[in-house]
Amino acid sequence: MNKIEIPRINESMYHKQLENGLDVFLYPKPEVEKTFAIFSTKYGSIDQTFTPIGETEKVSVPDGIAHFLEHKMFEKEDGDVFQHFSERGASANAFTSFTQTAYLFSSTTAEEQNVETLLNFVQDPYFTEETVEKEKGIIEQEIKMYDDQADWRLFFGTIGSLYENHPVRIDIAGTVDSIYDITHEDLYTCYHTFYHPSNMSMFVIGNFDHEKMFDLIQQNQNEKNFKEPNGIDRFYGDEADTVYKSLEKIYMPVQTPKCMVAVKEKADNLAQDQLLKNDLVRDILIDLYFSKSGSYYEELYQEGLVIDKLRLELYLEESFGFSAIGGSTTKPQEFGERVKVMLLKIKDEPIDQTEFDRAKKKKYGELIREFNELEGTANTIIHYHHLGIDYREVFELLENLTLDEVNQIIDDWISEDRISICMVLPEDEQ
Amino acid sequence: MQKLTHNEYSNDEYNLHLIQTKKFKTNTVALKFARPLERDHITKRALLPFVLQKGTNEYPSEKELRLKLDELYGAKFSINSGKKGENHVITFVLDFANEKFIPEASQLVHDCLSFLYEVAMNPKSNGQAFDEKIVTKEKETLTNKIKSIVDEKMQYANMRLIDEMCEGEKYSIHAHGYLEDMDDINAENLYGTYQQMVNEDALDIFFVGDFDEGDVKPVIEDVFQFNRKPNVEVTKSEPKLPDKVETVSEKQKLQQAKLHLGYRTGITYGDPEYRSLQVFNGIFGSFPHSKLFLNVREKHSLAYYAASRIESNKGLMLVFSGIAPEKYDQAKEIIMKQHEDIKNGNITDDELEQTKKAITHQLKETIDRAGGIVEYFYQQIVSGKTEDIEDTFKEIENKTKDDVIKVANQVKLDTIYFLTAEDHGGEDNE
Repeated sequence: MNKIEIPRINESMYHKQLENGLDVFLYPKPEVEKTFAIFSTKYGSIDQTFTPIGETEKVSVPDGIAHFLEHKMFEKEDGDVFQHFSERGASANAFTSFTQTAYLFSSTTAEEQNVETLLNFVQDPYFTEETVEKEKGIIEQEIKMYDDQADWRLFFGTIGSLYENHPVRIDIAGTVDSIYDITHEDLYTCYHTFYHPSNMSMFVIGNFDHEKMFDLIQQNQNEKNFKEPNGIDRFYGDEADTVYKSLEKIYMPVQTPKCMVAVKEKADNLAQDQLLKNDLVRDILIDLYFSKSGSYYEELYQEGLVIDKLRLELYLEESFGFSAIGGSTTKPQEFGERVKVMLLKIKDEPIDQTEFDRAKKKKYGELIREFNELEGTANTIIHYHHLGIDYREVFELLENLTLDEVNQIIDDWISEDRISICMVLPEDEQ
Repeated sequence: MQKLTHNEYSNDEYNLHLIQTKKFKTNTVALKFARPLERDHITKRALLPFVLQKGTNEYPSEKELRLKLDELYGAKFSINSGKKGENHVITFVLDFANEKFIPEASQLVHDCLSFLYEVAMNPKSNGQAFDEKIVTKEKETLTNKIKSIVDEKMQYANMRLIDEMCEGEKYSIHAHGYLEDMDDINAENLYGTYQQMVNEDALDIFFVGDFDEGDVKPVIEDVFQFNRKPNVEVTKSEPKLPDKVETVSEKQKLQQAKLHLGYRTGITYGDPEYRSLQVFNGIFGSFPHSKLFLNVREKHSLAYYAASRIESNKGLMLVFSGIAPEKYDQAKEIIMKQHEDIKNGNITDDELEQTKKAITHQLKETIDRAGGIVEYFYQQIVSGKTEDIEDTFKEIENKTKDDVIKVANQVKLDTIYFLTAEDHGGEDNE
C-alpha cells in the first residue's frame, strides 16, 4: 500500500489499486470510536444510455434505474442484508447521486466482518421479477414524498431549465411512470456494466488496523472472478453551452414562494486539469458575494427579497456543471431579476486584495473543518477520485491562488445566455 | 473505547464543562441559556436568536459580524433555540479551527471567545432597547418562517400532533413562537427578555476540543466575566397517561399523506426504566431492523419511511410514516399490531440483541461528534442524572425481553394524527 500524507492536518492514509481494478483507500483514525466504510461505483442517475459490457450496440434504460438498483442490492435470496449489519450493531445505508451510487456502513465493532459483508453483498446481485415488483410501491412513496417538497422541486426545476438534453435534468428517483417500466433484466444489464471493480472504490476510515483490513479486502477480491473490463461508453446527448430555458415557473400548493438563479458551465471549464481550481474559485466567489458576510446577500436582505439565508449550490462534474443561488422569498420575480443582475456584474466589480485574503483565510479554516467528519472526508476524497483528481491538492491550490488568477477565471464564468431563473409559486397565482 | 474527560467547574454564574478529545480538527464552544417554557415570553425568546445575529455594538451589522468570523479563519457561528422537554434553550455555538494547524494564528482561542462574549453580552442597543430597524425586520423574518412551516409536511404534521396530544400542557407551546404575539413585540420589551436571558437563565458553557486545560481555562475565565445572577432552574415534566385515544385528521393539497401517532411512555431520561424504553423503541421502530420498517415498508410496501422515536424529557414516543391516502386503515392497523406483538412478548432473540448493539453503536457515534458530546452531557444536566458511559453500555447489555415487555405495556397510544389529501375521502372510521 502507498502511504499518502496530508501534511497540513498531520494525517495520512493508504491507497492501492488491486489487480481487478478496485481502488482501495484506508484512512486509520485511532482517536475516534467508529469506522465508516463506503463502497462506491461511478454510476449515477445520468448514466442512462451506454454500451452494456460485452456488447456493441448502445441501449437506453428507464429513468431512475440507478436508484432503483441501489434499493434492490439489499435484498437477497435469504433475506435482507441490513440484518447482517444489524447483528453486529452496525448501521448500513446507501445513496444515489447524479454520478455515483454508494453503499456504506458505520460500526463500532467487527469492522472487518462488516467490510466483508459490504463487499459481498454489493458484488452478489439478486434480482427477480417478484422482488422488483414489490419495490415499486416503496419507491413510488419516496417519489411522492419529494413531490411535496418545494425545495426539491425548485432544484430539479432549475436543472431542467439549464439542460435540454443532458440526463442530469431527470429526477434521480425517476418518475412514478418510469419506475413501473423497470424490469429485473434491466437491472442486471446496468449492474454488470457499472459494478465492475475497475469502476469502483472502497474507502474505509476510522478505528481499525489498516494492514489487516487491506489483507482482507485483497483476499476477498482475489477469490472472485470478473469479466475483462472493456471501458464503458456513456452517452449524454448533445448539449449547448447556453441554457435551455431562461425562465421556469412551477405552481404547487405552497405558502411561501421560492426562487433559484443558476449559471450553467461551459463545457471547456470542466476539463479535468482545471476542474479543482475552477471549483475552488467558484466556491470562494459565491461565498464572498452571497453568504451572510457577502455584499449581495446584504442587499437582498435589506431590500426584503430573501427570508433568512440563501441556498448556495455548486456542482462541477465531467459532463455538466452549474452554480445556483436560491431562497424563500415573498417577491420571487424581483429576487430572480436582482440576483441575475448581481451575477452579471461580478466581473465588472473586481474584489480587492483585503477581501480576497480574508476569503482565503475563511476557506482554509473550512478545509480543516471538513476533516472533522469521517463521512464527509471519505465522500469528498472519493468524489474527486472519480473525477481523476487528488483532493489533497486543494490545500496547495488555495495557498498559491492569486487575485489575478481569480479575475481571469471570473471573466470566463458568467454570461447572460447561461443564466436560468426558476420559481416555485403558489397555485392560486396560476 | 477512548476516555472522554469531562471536567466540570461550577460557580454562581454558570457551569463550565471542559471536554478534552483528540477527535476533532476544530474546537467547539457552546453557551446554553435555559429556563422553563412560558407561553407569555416564547415568541420573544424565539425572536432573540435572529436579532442577536444582526449586529453588536462593536460589529454593528450582520455583514461586519460575519466578516469578523471570516477573519477568524472561517469560524462557524450560529444561535438557535428550541425545546428541551418543558424548557426553552437558546444555544450559541462557535466552531473554529484548532490553532495548531494555523501557525500564524496564535491568539485564535482568545479571539474567538471574545467574539462570542461580544455577541452574547454586547448586542447592538442603547442599553435599554435593541435597534428598532433590526427588530422590525427580524419580526418579519420570523413571521415568514412561521408561515412556511405548513410547506414542510413532516414538520407540520409533527407540530399538529403535539398540539392535539399535549393541549393544555406546557410542552405544546410552540418553540418558534406565535404570529398573534408579533404586534406586541417592540425593541424595548424584547431587550427586557434578552436581559432576563443573559442575567437570570441557567447557563452552561461547553468547550470541546484538543486543548490543554491549563492554557484554556484561564482564557475562558478571563473573557467570560458576566456578573449575572441566575434565578431559575430547568424543570422536569410530570408524566401523564392518556384516558382515551383521540383521532384527528386534516386535509391539504398534497401527494403523500402523513400518518403520525403519539404515545405516552411515562418514562423520562432520569428514570430507571429509561434504557428499557430505549430498547423497546429500537425493537418497535427506530432502526431498519425494527418491526415498523420490516412490516410497514418491506412486507407491505406501504411507505418509504415508517419509524418511531422517543422524546426523552417529556415521556413521549412518536411514530412517523408517509403513505398513500387510501392506505390509512391498513397502515394504522399494522403499526398498532407491532406494538401489540411486543406487549405479548413476540420478540425474537435476534431483535433484542440487534437492538441492544444498535443503541450502543448509536451512542458511540454520538460522542464522535462535538455537537453530540455537548448534547450527551447537557441531557444529563437537564435530567439531573449523571452517568458513566461504560455503565450505560452495561445497563443496555443487561436488558431482557421481560424488561421490554413491561415497558411496552406501559406505553399507551394517545393521539392519531392524519394529514391527508383534499381530493381523497380519508379514513372512514371518524
